[in-house]
Amino acid sequence: MGGGPAGLAAAVQLKKSGVDNILVIEREKHLGGILRQCIHDGFGLTRFGESLSGPEYAQRFIDEADRYGVESVADSTVIDIAPDKTVIAASRHGLSIYEAQAVILTMGCRERTRGALSIPGSRPAGIYTAGVAQSYINIKNLMIGKRIIILGSGDIGMIMARRLTLEGGQVLGVFEIQPYPSGLPRNIQQCLNDYDIPLYLNRTVSDVHGKSRLEGVTVSQVDEKLQPIPGSEQFYACDTLILSVGLIPENELSRKAGVRLDLRTKGGIVDENFQTSTPGIFAAGNVLHVHDLVDFVSLEAERLAAGVVRYLHQELPACDIEIQPQGLTHTIPQLISGNRDVELFFRVTRPVSQAVVELWQGDKKLTAKRLPKAIPAEMMHITLPASELINKLPVKAVVVNA
Amino acid sequence: MMVKTYDAIIIGGGVVGSAIARELSRYQLDIAVLEKENDVCCATSGHNSGVLHAGYNNRPGSKMARLCVAGNAGFDQVAAELDIPFRRTGKLVIGFDGDDLRQLKRLKQQGQDNGCRGLCIVGRDRIKELIPDVQGEYALYSPNTGVLDPFQLTIGLAENAHHNGVRYLFGQQVTAIRRQEGLYHIQTTRGWFVSRWVINSAGLYSDRIANMLGVEGYQINPCRGEYFILDQRIGYLLPLPAYPVPNEHSGGLGIHLTPTVDGNIMIGPSADYIDQRDDYAVTRPVMDMLLEEGSRIFPLLRREHFIRNFAGIRPKLTGPGCGGFHDFVIECAPQAPNTVNLIGIESPGLTASTPIAREVVQLIGERERLEEKCDFDPLRRRPPRLRELSVDEQQQMIRENPDYGQVICRCELISKAEVMAAINNPLGVRTMTGIKYRCRSMMGRCQGGYCQTRIAEMLLEKQGGAYDQLLYHHDGSNLFYGRVR
Repeated sequence: MGGGPAGLAAAVQLKKSGVDNILVIEREKHLGGILRQCIHDGFGLTRFGESLSGPEYAQRFIDEADRYGVESVADSTVIDIAPDKTVIAASRHGLSIYEAQAVILTMGCRERTRGALSIPGSRPAGIYTAGVAQSYINIKNLMIGKRIIILGSGDIGMIMARRLTLEGGQVLGVFEIQPYPSGLPRNIQQCLNDYDIPLYLNRTVSDVHGKSRLEGVTVSQVDEKLQPIPGSEQFYACDTLILSVGLIPENELSRKAGVRLDLRTKGGIVDENFQTSTPGIFAAGNVLHVHDLVDFVSLEAERLAAGVVRYLHQELPACDIEIQPQGLTHTIPQLISGNRDVELFFRVTRPVSQAVVELWQGDKKLTAKRLPKAIPAEMMHITLPASELINKLPVKAVVVNA
Repeated sequence: MMVKTYDAIIIGGGVVGSAIARELSRYQLDIAVLEKENDVCCATSGHNSGVLHAGYNNRPGSKMARLCVAGNAGFDQVAAELDIPFRRTGKLVIGFDGDDLRQLKRLKQQGQDNGCRGLCIVGRDRIKELIPDVQGEYALYSPNTGVLDPFQLTIGLAENAHHNGVRYLFGQQVTAIRRQEGLYHIQTTRGWFVSRWVINSAGLYSDRIANMLGVEGYQINPCRGEYFILDQRIGYLLPLPAYPVPNEHSGGLGIHLTPTVDGNIMIGPSADYIDQRDDYAVTRPVMDMLLEEGSRIFPLLRREHFIRNFAGIRPKLTGPGCGGFHDFVIECAPQAPNTVNLIGIESPGLTASTPIAREVVQLIGERERLEEKCDFDPLRRRPPRLRELSVDEQQQMIRENPDYGQVICRCELISKAEVMAAINNPLGVRTMTGIKYRCRSMMGRCQGGYCQTRIAEMLLEKQGGAYDQLLYHHDGSNLFYGRVR
């Protein structure tokens, strides 16, 4: 479900593994997912050793899917899915009801909204989440503003800072609530520093002004509890506020299928085969946990495909060893079998340097990895060696100072 | 040059103005509605709890009480005729101690005095049965209270009035009114109009319009109420509205919980007198308070369940000094012949809208003979909603109209057919919020993250591609500054 980078990579890998009867259901007219509107480059550095634009990266997989004869339906929106893996999709041709042995969830994510943040103030036109702004500019060819403030130093916000500047907008600044940026260092350099766009940390928008169209925002400094500090308010006259304040895996359909979600990731709880709590339903990509590099999305989807193949051959062992993160936002997967080595993906909760990530089971340290410098913006990974496991007790993944 | 003389001009196209328009359109009259905004439910009518009140909160003998009870009784018919989403859910007013119980009994008596039926005091077990997740020792149960879609009600009334010949004119803010040779000459920001009757249903500005008519002495005190809207995913927690008894001891407002007819939960409103009549800002202290209260009542609540907040402004005749309620003013003032002034129509204005309108018709009918039309059509239909249909019905709808198979709003499951019907609305409203009010797109948890760009594109196509004319809501709320290339 979803023909973006995760869905396409999974489909191609399944075909390569001899699984033939596959369908990709895509709600847009074209395959490619969110990459279609990400016209900046930087995609594929690890995967292909090249710096591709979003559409170029997507096209590599679309071409491969074509070569392998992957079947897809576009302009089709899945409107229901049951735990027995019956999928109902709506299109102009009618409702299609599919029965599958396995369903792969690759629906991506949505953006956190102003409403979800409860930003005080009036509600004029001119407030956009970064992805919507990106879609208007890159896909619909519409310019959304002239004097712009960006809340949130997530990657999309920084990309849009550069994009708006390139198209003649004046970006007054990027404001980040945390004491550190939430996006990748290369974006800070290539999108902000290179364009003299200031980045302010420990800041948030505490008021919005304007009746019809935005006239300005009030920015406050925040304390260690991320609460605005009274007296620190500063007014910025602007006509556009871009929000880049977080992505949320889009799991409304997953819930209908009975998939249990991880409260931390807002995505499914999966095992080392990327199978969710509902047998035969798998998940990868942003719908599972938000990625920063699409190259990792493709890798993850390919690992999922291997899991699906094992499932179809009824070769899936029980995965009842839990991974418990400490000092990490989460780990994927959350459950393992202990029968084979597993790559665990995680993010640190705050920037650390000269730290170590350790995997423990009871009193035994299974393995460790040095983290000379780790930031929440960059997803990291560590290999869990199955041979080191002594029992079925939970494995703790902790970050410690060296 | 002949300027058309209307029989009646209604100033203010909100729920009251539109109800009046509809009732008057039963008669052979030339009627126009002058609305200063770009749509009908932009002010109080589109910013409220959407509750059909039973009438026990109003002072016996008041117009508020009489018209609220009448509105409650008659609403099944209005909802059926105009196809308004409505559920008679019942309501609990909840208390905890002896003082509360006394208050509840008082409310029950007041309700009975007003003609409310079925009111009863219930205990903890019944409260638990009705709303398992809410605490309470005693409650007043009101079986006739309900929840409705206030946008659909206002729009439904307006569309039916329009269908029966009423002219709706938007962007027409009245600036001056002059009486000359038995006719009213009404100046607006866009032109001027002549009419025999003037109906003032201008809500938050009804005192100003009254002044223009020479009817002085009324002062509207804007009183803002902020709300939180919660995700439909947890809507199951609240099957019917639950309000606390106003408790003098605890000193708090007590937070109202109201389910919407679509399955969201609303927390609020607060009550703060403000200076500006159009200051719909939401404020940090109130939001924090609503968040805290909501979380206390529903411990299962998480931050991610709060999808939006908004504010409504009550047009109160009572000021900050005295609080409480002033009765509805619905009057023909002798110094302004052939006018009806409706001033201070705050809650229960939504519930009472059609009875209020009938009161206005009666006042006019006492002064001149009204001829009924034989072809008045009371019915108005909204297009079928994909999400409300069964799988078989959906299949059938898509076969008949493929636009029903194209999902535009993923969160609320709204099809292109519904969005197109909203864009092609009979009143000619072309704002993004106008589309939102009509088909509910952009009201879901992603708040337009997916559908907004698509709706903008569809609206632009309808308007011949003029990007600089696409408005979000008010005049001046342009979304775009130009093309990129």
